[in-house]
Amino acid sequence: MRPRIQLLSPELIGRILREAFELLMNPGVRVGSAAVELLRSARVEAEVEVGVAAGVADNDGMARIPERLVRQCLASAPRDFYLYNRQGEKAVHYGGDDVHFDPGSCCVQMLDPETLEARPSETRDLVRIVQVTETLPQFAAQSTAVVCSDALLSNDACNGKHAPSAIGDLYRLFVVLQHSDKPVVTGSFSAAGLEGMIDLLAADSGSPEKLRREPRAVFDVCPSPPLNWSEFGSHNLIDLARAGVPAEIVSMPLAGGTAPVTLAGSVTQHAAEVLAGITLHQLAGPGSPVVWGGAPAIFDMRTGGAPMGAVETAMLNMACAEVGKHLGLPTHGYLVATDSKLVDAQAGAESARSAILGALAGINMISGAGMLESLACFSVEKLVIDAESIASAYRLARGIEVRGEDVRGEKVPSETLATAMFAQTGLSGEFLQLKETRALFRQEQHLPSPVIDRSARGSEPASDVFTRARTRVDELVGKYRKPSLSEDVLRKFQAIVDREADRAGVEGTESGKNVGAAQATK
Amino acid sequence: MSNQLFRAMLQSIIDGAPDKAAELAQQALAKGVDPLEAVNRGFAVGITFAGQQFGCGEMFLPDLLASAEAMKAALKILEPEMLKRGSERKALGKIVLGTARGDIHDIGKNLVATVLSASGFQIFDLGTSVTAEQFVAKAKEVDADIVGVSALLTTTMAGQKAVIDALDRNGLRPRVKAIIGGAAVTSKWAAEIGADGYSRNAIDALELAKNLMGRVTSKLTSKGTALA
Repeated sequence: MRPRIQLLSPELIGRILREAFELLMNPGVRVGSAAVELLRSARVEAEVEVGVAAGVADNDGMARIPERLVRQCLASAPRDFYLYNRQGEKAVHYGGDDVHFDPGSCCVQMLDPETLEARPSETRDLVRIVQVTETLPQFAAQSTAVVCSDALLSNDACNGKHAPSAIGDLYRLFVVLQHSDKPVVTGSFSAAGLEGMIDLLAADSGSPEKLRREPRAVFDVCPSPPLNWSEFGSHNLIDLARAGVPAEIVSMPLAGGTAPVTLAGSVTQHAAEVLAGITLHQLAGPGSPVVWGGAPAIFDMRTGGAPMGAVETAMLNMACAEVGKHLGLPTHGYLVATDSKLVDAQAGAESARSAILGALAGINMISGAGMLESLACFSVEKLVIDAESIASAYRLARGIEVRGEDVRGEKVPSETLATAMFAQTGLSGEFLQLKETRALFRQEQHLPSPVIDRSARGSEPASDVFTRARTRVDELVGKYRKPSLSEDVLRKFQAIVDREADRAGVEGTESGKNVGAAQATK
Repeated sequence: MSNQLFRAMLQSIIDGAPDKAAELAQQALAKGVDPLEAVNRGFAVGITFAGQQFGCGEMFLPDLLASAEAMKAALKILEPEMLKRGSERKALGKIVLGTARGDIHDIGKNLVATVLSASGFQIFDLGTSVTAEQFVAKAKEVDADIVGVSALLTTTMAGQKAVIDALDRNGLRPRVKAIIGGAAVTSKWAAEIGADGYSRNAIDALELAKNLMGRVTSKLTSKGTALA
């Protein structure tokens, strides 16, 4: 029996969906002009009422989307799909109750392990995160984890150091693809940014058709709460659907802030936002893969922030995924993050707790590992500690199994749980010598890395987990091997980055310098 | 008698009861209580107390917002009378607020506007996704003391620098102070882009604005600082 946690009764899921459909009609959803066009030209035109929304740009609209249209779009959305690694193997299964984890994404700060202060993240940080993630089996996918402040290619007025540049999104993916074979969870910063990123992935896959057939990446696309699919978000959904590249809808209601204070109310808003997104997406590209995802959180009534480590935040993620599962869709959530600024006991407690809850909820992709300070700061040391929590969560989710025995090449359930072993040992207590012990302990127990201290106290002073994590990060980086990409693919990558840099109005020398720097990194 | 009334006023603010606050303001006028005194000895004491309670974690954002709403309700009734008597409460300062270009998140900015406004500042709220040029134009138009730029997204924080640069280019600083806020904003970022201040929440923003007003070329009367 696989253990699972459910928070919503079937009746409550029914109510949530009923009210979500109601919200799509009243007050309706704000949509960007691209979505207005799409809804108008939909065959079901007569059913969709699109008007100009109050207080938004003229070309933005207010759409009332009827349940029948949404149901039709839900029916064309795939129930599952795979992400592939560079070798063309299925590496992530979005669907059913399969659970995968990837690091958090889009941080702008990095925790310096020496000074314990946050500083702007750079290319070398992203490379280090990718290297560590690549070596850890707990992470089925990479993420474009941090913004590289040193890859500042923008020449607009906003050349502040923390500012992501005009092609910062493309650059992150460029760095990750050079250093990893795993699938990637990513996203673009603007409507224009997506095209270059898809081109980069197509170059990596060999062709746009191959990318469509065996997608390597999934793109997060976010509505703005409440019930607003901005121009940027609408555009990305439509472009992804048309390119056949998987889209992950990350709706992020803040309960009490940008969404109803009740958890049930926020889950309802989340459902409405994702249903609207899936409708736009499937109208643009029927059958294109799409994920019922989210980063819902409560609104902290003291700080006004979004406490990602709160248990209610985990509950929201679990409940939202339950609604998605009820509709038969692949799911995503944002967990394994903390609000602490340091890799301390709070960070460990919050991250481990939500890793376990997410795994028991059967969420297909759980993003957020490595993140501190409510998603504002990344720590690669935390990433390796989180990997231990994730391994424990996986172990728990497997439950207590009755072990099989090999009988003439076939697995049959053991006839006994304990008596057969006692028949061999009697009362001697010598279980360690049993062949069963040796054959089964690796399945029965998660064997943690040295990050987890279980040793007896020796003559050396005890170390804390952060110190051990630092050592572990160095070991993993030492173990890492950079994938070998063909010269041809690298040239194509370079050409795309240069083209996009030019398009964004970036000086050639600047981009050349930075791009070169990224390649030079081991 | 008046003392009892002032205490009730204070309590209506702490309770976050706009109807009660308005009713007490009416009562005060009917009884001939000086409206400025009603503010200074009654309602404003309540808002200061609410701020302190929030600061030490006894009150939460919804409580604080309700207190600010109650304060607004009382002022709405008292201000016309103050105007008539020529004893209007001088604004602590003029603040232009908005969310940086490209950013439509405004919870934090609205909280700041509410708290500052309830505490005696005159607020010009430009809303969301405001360009640097719009900030500058408004600051010039109203002769602002402070410009506050909010940004939630890491991608729109650069807009805060753009506003500060534009204020500089237009020669408005250092007379006009620039302050920033937002979930991803840090004091380090504030220092890096040359902001005059940064605060983590609305109550800190109030302290910050008051402190900055001390450094702005003083236009305040002694009455104006009564709430400080």
